[in-house]
Amino acid sequence: MSDTQTFLLDGEEIPFAPGQTVIQAALAAGHYIPHLCYHPEFKPHGSCKVCTVKVGNRTAASCTLPAQAGLEVESASDEMNDLRRTLVQMLFAEGNHFCPSCEKSGNCALQALGYDLGVMTAGFRHLFPDRPVDASHPDLLLDFNRCILCELCVRASCEVDGKCVFALSGRGIDKHLIVNAPSGRLEDTDVALTDKAVQVCPVGVILKKRVGFAQPIGARRYDASPISAQALADAPRAPAGDGRCAACEEAEEK
Amino acid sequence: MPEQTELREVLAAIVQRHAGAPTRLLQVLRDVQDVRGWIEPEAIALLGDLLGLPAARVEGVAGFYSFLRTDRPARYHILFSDNITDRMRGNTALLDYLCGKLLVERGHVSEDGLVRVDFTSCTGLCDQGPGLLVNGWAIPNTNIERLDCIAQLVLDQAPVTEWPADLFSIQDNIRRRDILLGHDLQPGDALRAAVARGSESAAEAAANARSWREANIAAPQGPLAVLDEIKRAGLRGRGGAGFTTGLKWEACRNASGPMRYVVCNADEGEPGTFKDRVLLSGYADLVFEGMTVCAYAIGAGQGFLYLRGEYRHLLAPLEETLARRRAAGLLGKDIAGLKGFDFDIQIHLGAGAYVCGEESALIESLEGKRGIPRNRPPYPVTHGYLQRPTTVNNVETFCAAALIAAKGGDWYRVIGTAKSAGTKVLSVSGDCARPGIYEYPFGTPVRQVLADCGAVNTQAVQISGPSGVCIAADEFDRRIAFEDLPTAGAFMVFDQSRDMFQVARNFAHFFAHESCGFCTPCRVGTTMLKATMDKIAAGHGTPYDLAEIEKLDRVLHQSAHCGLGHTACNPTLDTLRRFRPTYEKRLKSLDFEPAFDLDGALARARRMTGRDDAGAHLSTEATE
Ligand SMILES: Cc1cc2nc3c(=O)[nH]c(=O)nc-3n(C[C@H](O)[C@H](O)[C@H](O)COP(=O)(O)O)c2cc1C
Ligand code: SF4
Ligand code: SF4
Ligand code: FES
Repeated sequence: MSDTQTFLLDGEEIPFAPGQTVIQAALAAGHYIPHLCYHPEFKPHGSCKVCTVKVGNRTAASCTLPAQAGLEVESASDEMNDLRRTLVQMLFAEGNHFCPSCEKSGNCALQALGYDLGVMTAGFRHLFPDRPVDASHPDLLLDFNRCILCELCVRASCEVDGKCVFALSGRGIDKHLIVNAPSGRLEDTDVALTDKAVQVCPVGVILKKRVGFAQPIGARRYDASPISAQALADAPRAPAGDGRCAACEEAEEK
Repeated sequence: MPEQTELREVLAAIVQRHAGAPTRLLQVLRDVQDVRGWIEPEAIALLGDLLGLPAARVEGVAGFYSFLRTDRPARYHILFSDNITDRMRGNTALLDYLCGKLLVERGHVSEDGLVRVDFTSCTGLCDQGPGLLVNGWAIPNTNIERLDCIAQLVLDQAPVTEWPADLFSIQDNIRRRDILLGHDLQPGDALRAAVARGSESAAEAAANARSWREANIAAPQGPLAVLDEIKRAGLRGRGGAGFTTGLKWEACRNASGPMRYVVCNADEGEPGTFKDRVLLSGYADLVFEGMTVCAYAIGAGQGFLYLRGEYRHLLAPLEETLARRRAAGLLGKDIAGLKGFDFDIQIHLGAGAYVCGEESALIESLEGKRGIPRNRPPYPVTHGYLQRPTTVNNVETFCAAALIAAKGGDWYRVIGTAKSAGTKVLSVSGDCARPGIYEYPFGTPVRQVLADCGAVNTQAVQISGPSGVCIAADEFDRRIAFEDLPTAGAFMVFDQSRDMFQVARNFAHFFAHESCGFCTPCRVGTTMLKATMDKIAAGHGTPYDLAEIEKLDRVLHQSAHCGLGHTACNPTLDTLRRFRPTYEKRLKSLDFEPAFDLDGALARARRMTGRDDAGAHLSTEATE
């Protein structure tokens, strides 16, 4: 009898360590489950729901679902991929994503996931929200139009940088990213180019100025291979923070 | 900067009143809004400073709750309850009337910063609606006469505390009593019975122990005996999900942590539900007694009552009841004379967020954060308030627990049905002669409730509010019970004159307004549903849209993070299934109609040219 416990993912046995969630174990074992708000260096967040899988006749976000021996998890099915496609369409419809003019094009996880899942149209009516950009900072641009509210920058700034430069405000469809300054402008925060928060945005919100299209379209990250292949390369990484918000002294550990 | 110093002093005093605790952030923000008329940007920065929090976090919390305003100050915030029952009593025309009198546009603060008038989600006055809130204070039975009076008071700038008391007089309207509403317990009876329950078995152990406290820990027969009674009673939660209360208490008791908590969920946000309001106004002792019994059974040291902001008027009387109970030795130290049984209750006020009724969101809110449902597992029983073991129960559940502690599980179990022991308190509203509070044993058919409340020509009943089910006339023999029609208490009656499409549309607006926005499917999906219902209402709907609604429903059921999202499409699908003609008569015969709204695109041109005549519109029916 082997001492590692396993569960089944699409019929294949996946070993896991205690405390791992289904996506963590799957990625570590070389199996891709589509995801957006999950990042291997951070505690799972569970908000985008793109990683939803089927277990028996129930569904659950695999990034927050604790791995358990004997689970039979279904991920690569038409049903789950249909669901993911709809969720990605929702994210496209919710913001203002004009990929051809976006500096992040080709390096963007949302776009890459859209291609990988075969998203051909937005599917929903666009909401065309009014989200002015913040170009106040000398070296950074914030284009809120593309924010998918994954909170990776929020988590990185609190848990790794210990600054809480970013936070969320509003509720429901009015939920939006804010920065920690009375003026509401990035230039008045203590953000630094070296901050983890500046590097984690999966889409084109937090952009370094004067970078633009230096790296041409066609030679970008997801031009070479699809996101499903690259996510695996990133998979087993050490956590960037300990899950605590240093600035708020929030004991979030379970 | 004298103004800044003054603001700082005001804020410091408020923060100090709340012991400078970041967990009290929501309470602090409520107080700030009361004094200042809004949460101004300077206040956000200063509060961050005073509480040791990033200002952005303070702003995020302020921005989450709909009663807190960060845009502009107003001396009077007037909010009309917008449940469908309020609609049926003409709240829309009444709101327009008041806006006309005060010369304001709905949703905008008047030029002079005096007043803002808007809608809000159901305020729990459905049996005496339309309800409204003035700076959070509830006013029932809104009519033209009362609005004339209110408008005058606003224009005279009279402080709300000086408004005529009869404006704020709210009735309990109890129409049918059973074991709960007709109980004969005195404060302390249930608690003493609970403690006595254990004393025979514990007496022996106690005789050998040095103190009562030691005896209670070493030989917890007392608490275990109470737990046993709750389990034997077969009590299930009254907040909607119907989880077995005994198991929840036991899991919490068995969880380890430096402290355990009891939380009473009095958020009562489900439209059409108002029974907790009546329990809190007429049966507060029973509620607190149930919480204290729970504390005894699970070994909790601190309790919270999370009171929805709409019930602000209940805060002072509830605090008085707490004070009375402390004076009588029923709260505080060595409760009921039992050494070491220390427990007290603190009241937290919400600020307009339905999702905070979800237990883990409620706990987040108690901790002074945005009310976002947590990832589960772990559950509150092991990782609740401050990540410590916490029992969350509905107001009515605690009342029932007190009854059981006093009279025993066997007595309780025989009332009701096999799977639903005891009674259920219903909040009846809508088209009936006698709206109000009705208590029935579980198993009572819908038909009987309808007869008792004087409903005639009933077309449909919405059971348990928008997140429950809508049933039609051929289902009125179905029963109120977990095994048939589970309910958190709402019972909204619609007669033949009502348009069930508009009912569903009102509920779709409710969910979109109340979605917390955490997860993609609910945040975007509820907005899409609302837009689709509006499109159908405007006469632009097609069969394609109906199919899209079914798809949204699937997505929400499969992937939403909490119950709000899961149930958001229910009212639409229920009515679509049962009253399809009311949808179909609105549809275009086409298979597809583009989402692009040509007429909507003309709106800007209309505003610029000041035209609003028929010739300046493309469609025939207005969208709102
Ligand atoms: C969106 C949402 C809103 C809820 N609102 C309430 C509420 O207002 N009151 C309540 O008691 N339970 C509410 N619940 C259920 C609670 O999460 C929880 O199950 C309940 O408080 C447990 O108490 P009980 O076991 O006594 O019913 C709500 C659940 C959801 C998903
Ligand atoms: S800015 Fe980027 S990282 Fe931050 S929440 Fe938005 S999408 Fe996520
Ligand atoms: S389902 Fe809706 S209310 Fe619940 S977490 Fe998701 S967005 Fe928030
Ligand atoms: S990746 Fe799991 S919810 Fe976003």
